[in-house]
Parts: sequence; C-alpha cells; structure tokens
Amino acid sequence: MCLAVPGRVISITEADGTTMAEVDFGGVRKSVCLQYVPDAAVGEYVVVHVGFAIQRLDERSARETLENFERLGILKEEFR
Amino acid sequence: MRYLDEFSDPDLARRLLDQIHAAATRPWALMEVCGGQTHSIIRHGIDQLLPKGVEMIHGPGCPVCVTPLETIDKALAIAAQPGVIFCSFGDMLRVPGSGRDLFAVKSAGADVRVVYSPLDALTIARENPDKQVVFFGIGFETTAPANAMTVHQAERLGVGNFSLLVSHVLVPPAIAAIMESPRCRVQAFLAAGHVCSVMGTGEYPPLAAKYRVPIVVTGFEPLDILEGIRQTVVQLEAGRHEVGNAYPRAVPAEGNPVARAMLAEVFEVTDRTWRGIGMIPGSGWRLAPRYRPFDAEHRFAVTGIHTEESSLCRSGEVLQGLIKPHQCAAFGKQCTPRNPLGATMVSSEGACAAYYAYRRLDLVSIS
Amino acid sequence: MTAGLDFEGWSCPLPLRDTPAVVMGHGGGGAMSGDLIEHLFLPGYGSAAPAGSGRSDCAVVTVGGTRIALSTDSFVVKPMFFPGGSIGDLAVNGTVNDLAMAGATPLYLSAAFILQEGTAMTELGRVAEAMGAAARAAGVQLVTGDTKVVDNGSGDGVYITTTGVGAVPEGADIHPGRAAAGDAVLISGDIGVHGVAVLSCREGLEFGTTVASDTAALHGLVAAMLATGADLHVLRDPTRGGVAASLNEIARAGHVGVDLVERDLPVPAEVRDACSLLGLDPLQVANEGKLIAFVPAESADDVLAAMRAHPLGAGSRRIGACVAEHPGMVVARTALGGTRVVPLPIGEQLPRIC
Repeated sequence: MCLAVPGRVISITEADGTTMAEVDFGGVRKSVCLQYVPDAAVGEYVVVHVGFAIQRLDERSARETLENFERLGILKEEFR
Repeated sequence: MRYLDEFSDPDLARRLLDQIHAAATRPWALMEVCGGQTHSIIRHGIDQLLPKGVEMIHGPGCPVCVTPLETIDKALAIAAQPGVIFCSFGDMLRVPGSGRDLFAVKSAGADVRVVYSPLDALTIARENPDKQVVFFGIGFETTAPANAMTVHQAERLGVGNFSLLVSHVLVPPAIAAIMESPRCRVQAFLAAGHVCSVMGTGEYPPLAAKYRVPIVVTGFEPLDILEGIRQTVVQLEAGRHEVGNAYPRAVPAEGNPVARAMLAEVFEVTDRTWRGIGMIPGSGWRLAPRYRPFDAEHRFAVTGIHTEESSLCRSGEVLQGLIKPHQCAAFGKQCTPRNPLGATMVSSEGACAAYYAYRRLDLVSIS
Repeated sequence: MTAGLDFEGWSCPLPLRDTPAVVMGHGGGGAMSGDLIEHLFLPGYGSAAPAGSGRSDCAVVTVGGTRIALSTDSFVVKPMFFPGGSIGDLAVNGTVNDLAMAGATPLYLSAAFILQEGTAMTELGRVAEAMGAAARAAGVQLVTGDTKVVDNGSGDGVYITTTGVGAVPEGADIHPGRAAAGDAVLISGDIGVHGVAVLSCREGLEFGTTVASDTAALHGLVAAMLATGADLHVLRDPTRGGVAASLNEIARAGHVGVDLVERDLPVPAEVRDACSLLGLDPLQVANEGKLIAFVPAESADDVLAAMRAHPLGAGSRRIGACVAEHPGMVVARTALGGTRVVPLPIGEQLPRIC
C-alpha cells in the first residue's frame, strides 16, 4: 500500500489558501500539498504520498540508522 | 533518490542478513501487513535470502485488493452515468467488479481518468463545472489524509460538483481480526511504515500486549525490511512482544498530529467489509455527517447495489495468511493478473499478483 | 497444488474471447496486444497470413528475387509534443527502426494522417516539419501518403500511420526466432527515457524533469554493428512495454530463457526516481532510440565496441545472457542476490499509487 517517497522542498507557495511546495525527487519535480507539514522549510526533506507531504523526513535519524547498519557489520567481522 | 538509494545498499543488506541468520534459531512466521512491503520483498528476492525457517506471510495491506466488490460495482455504476468524470488512482482501473472493470466502462464511453493525486480530481471538477466529478477514495490511513484534505477543500471552495466514493480501511482492526482468526499462524508483524507516518505508533502497544506478538514498524526499501525482520526475530527469540520502530526517519511516535486532526474532522469510524475477508467491525472510515453531501454513494443513489464474490477465489485465506497464493487451485489458471478472480490478484501489490509476476520460476522449480 | 503446476499453461492463460470489447490495454504492446494478434487477427486472416512466421514488427519478403523489409506502425501519442520530440519524430523514427531491426537499410516511407477537425494548422505544420527533419536525418524519403479528417470527438488531434520499405543486405537473417542459448544480451544505452519524458507532460501526472525523449533513427548504429561481420541473431527496439516486453517476446519466439543482471541495467537516476514516484518499473517504460541485441558470446566484445563508437550507442553495455533454462521466461538477478521473474507487461502501464 501507500507508495511514499522522500523529496526535498525547493520552494513554498500559497494557492487558494493552501500551502503548496515544489518538491525535488532527485531531479524530478512535482507540486505537493504541504498543509500537513506546515513547518517544513525549504531545503528539508518530506515524505510524499499521492501529492501530499505526510511527514518530515528526519535526516539525522536516517544517518543514525545507516551508521547502525554499518556497525552491525563491523561487530560481525570482529566475531569471526 | 536520496534516502531511497542508501537503503538499498547490497553490502549493508548482506550484513543485516548475516545478523538475521545468526539470530534465528527456530522457525518463525512473520506477517508484513503492507502490500508495498510484499512487493518489495518479492521484487528484491528478499524472502529467498532469509533463513529457511523464517517465513513471510503476506498480509491484507493492499487497499486495492481489499476494496469490497460491492464498492467496485458502485464505482462502475457511477462512472457509467452520463455527465460524470470518474477519477481514480491507476491501480483501481483493472480491478474487476462483477464482470467488468473501469477500463471496460471507459471503453463503453465513460469518462474515466487516472490521476496522481485527489487534488488533481478537484482541479478537474473546477475546470468542468457542468460535470459531476467523482474521485475513488480508497486507501489505508496513509492515503486518507489526502482524500480528507480534498473534501475539505471542496467544501471550503464551494466545489459542489465534486464528490468522493469512500472506502477507507484501517490497519489496527485488521491486525486484531487476523489474530482472532482460529487458524492464525502469525507470530509477529511488520507494521506498515507510512500508515504510522500518519497515525504514529500509539495504537500498537495494546495489540502487542493482548496477542503477545512483536510489532515492528517497518519501511519499504530492502534495508528497512531487513531491519524490521531482524528486530522482529530478535524479539521472538528473546520471548519479547513489544512495539519497535525500524523506520524512525519517517515515523515519529505521535505520527502527524495535523493530519490526524483533519482525519478526525472529515471521517468517522464505520464497519467495513474487506474483499476476500469479510466484515471487520470498526475497520473503516466514511465521511462524517458534515461532509455527507460530498459522498458519491448518496449523490448517485447507488446504495442499493449488493454483490457477492467468486466462490472459486480463496483470496480471503491468502489475505489472512492461511494459504500462499499458489496453493489456490485457480492461481495462474482461471485467475491471472489479466483476469483476476479475486482481490489479491487485482493490484500489482496484491500477494497473488506479486507471486504471479515475480515468483513463477521458483514455484515451477519447487514442483 | 504446487506439484501439479502446468509450466506451459502459464504463458498464455486466457483467451481473448473473454473480453467483449476493445480496451486500452489492447494497444499497450504487452500480453493483451499479443492476444489480439493471436486470437483475433491471425484467425481472421486465415490462410492469408504467413504460417509460422512468428510475430515481428517487420516482415522480410522477397520481391522479384530481392529481399525487402516491410513495416507499418501507427502513432497516437498524447501529448503530440513532448520534451525531446513530437509525434512527427516518432512516426519517422519508429518505422525506420522497425526496418533497421531486420538489418534493413530504410529507403522509402508512406505517411497516412487521420486528423480531427479543429486541429490547429500551426500544430499540424510543426508535425510535418518534424517528419521532414527526421526523414532527412535518417536518409529516407517520404514518397506517398494520405489524409482523412474525422468529426470533432471522433479522433484526438493527429494520428499518423507510416509504412516503410528497406533493402535487406545479403546474408542478414535477424529475427527473434534466432535467439540462442549462449547469446550475449546487449543494450545500446539508458532505458526508460522516452516513456518518462512523455509521462512528465501527460494530463493528470505532470511533473518537472530534464529527461527528454531519446527518439532517434537506429539504422546507422545497426549498420556499424553489421560491419563487424558478427552474426547478429536478434535486434529489437524496446518501445511500448519497454525492455521487459521485448525480452519476453524474444524469449518466447526463440524458446530460450533470458537472464538479466539488474545491477548492469543502465537506468538513469532521473528515470529511476520518476518511476519510484509513480510506482512504475523502468523495465516496462518505453524507449524510442535504443536497441537490444542478441549476439553470439564470442562476438559480443566486437559488437559492443562498434556500438560504443557510434554516437547513438555510446552507453552500450551487456545486460545479461540467453540461456537454455526456463524457456520463454525472463529472470533478473536482483542487486541483493535474489532472483525475480520479469513479467510480460499486461497492457497499459498504470501509475501505482497505493
């Protein structure tokens, strides 16, 4: 269900009383409704589903998760 | 794409797989709730790489799959009416109702359009004031905020020719229903990450406690899924049954409070029939009374349509994890993605379609 | 149930007669298009259709002792103009490429137009100019044609059918039936570019991208490949249905299996990202300026070198191999080390949202 992908907020505009954003998905750009993440700022990453940002993407958490994965491997190496 | 590619890294995937192999000492049956996860597991061949005893049971998490036949028939009836522009996500066009699908209705002259977002349907409504524009509002908690906002906007902007055919479904009641099933084999759940991006994780501790199952919120990229499996197996091996979060970059504990407030305003909980499963109490959302004027079922008077499902199809058992898709006699024979008998074959995310597309080779070599 | 699976029964599970009317998927270049040919057109043509020739986008026939290639193609692309080209470019290059995939040198084209009344002359003029430019670039002549106009509402702007003839060089015998176990599978560059460019400006899906259609005439590239002296077995331009459809069709026609290495597929980042956004598989997205080649493994390096030396083949690479196992099926080895079957697309590719 629910294909949602992370994209970077490029610009923020108002249209018909709705906060919209231009969001960049690695070169592909799409207009996205930002009503649900009103405090997202230009340059930040949001998770987008059917044209709506449904959540901010926590970049620090993403880095930590990857670092944890790297460590898992190293621990494993040491056990060998 | 940033934050997608990094989470597909084959070297890190190998490390996670090593960890899972090291942790698993016994057979375990895990259910990934979400169809997107099923798709990812099969597309990347993840299930082939797991320890032999660790089995992934594919859950009822594809909204296209579980949309009731009756709702599809209502959609077909509405789309066929003159003066209607019927808008839908692409997935729904090939879903058969009783005997035909939206493509067939389109070929008979109906104006059926694929849109990316429900807001696109609202735009079409504003551009075509002399037409009735209906959006097929299906989906889990992830998609519901988009549909809620669209109806809210329609009301605010006075777009009276817009309406929503609503068939939203909810994950936690489905998990409860699966665990209540007498034949249930599921020992742990990978919860659907993007549902939790909206709803948070607060609904799951009571379920984990009541049914004594680990529930780990899981994302969709290969590393996310492997980490969800790893955390789940570690809990199972230790005899724990807690709620974990293997997708913290997109799932804060509280979810999205702004979206949840909008959902509470626009929708109300209702009983919902899941295609192939049956009625699950309190497992759906419908429009709240204030928004009822935007309910397509009422606007087009299709509430009288009642239909039944194919008896050949065992998608109910597939969706409950009781059988694998290829254990159904109709699988790959009378039932194919091109002519699906049941829910699970319908969507590209449905378990049967995923099997049909990606695993036929394995099934053949197994036999 | 697992014990009793009928391997053969899977490839074409349903007869067309279950579909009472034409639906969009019949034009998608996938399984439904195939059904239409197999279960409706060929039986309808009866003895007027050549027996056992298999399906190909291009026929090679002998006229007065000379082998000529003959191909026809209709173009209904929406929108008519898209980043990197227009329906006019496709109408010329598409037919030129179908001829080139038989190893033929394209010579002459006909063009038939079905126009909807109300279509702006300026638009039609731009299409005609694009066709002229594409034909000059390809070195073919537009020698005859026809024009019909239909009521407003009976058509959609401009539909073009082009038919082409070409000369088949001595010794060239290139068709899907020749795919053989041991062949190397090559591709001439990045995949999915055209489809993403067109989708980016399709109503309801619009998105911003720098991706432009790869529409191009490929017979020059084919000539360079033939010049190596290699025995090219199969050439195919993976248009509708993408690489997945082409490889499945070749696997079926040649009764061979195809093993792909997913890591080696040239998918540009922007195509991958657009596909992620819309839930599409890059393997199913259309190309208009790429070719797939099945060549004997021993000449693969020579052919690859010749392809890379040509401007339209600079990004050429080996993406897999033709095998005797799993005949009729395409199997990809995933980056993680698993495998998956690459299915023949059913009909139209639908954006997958949920």
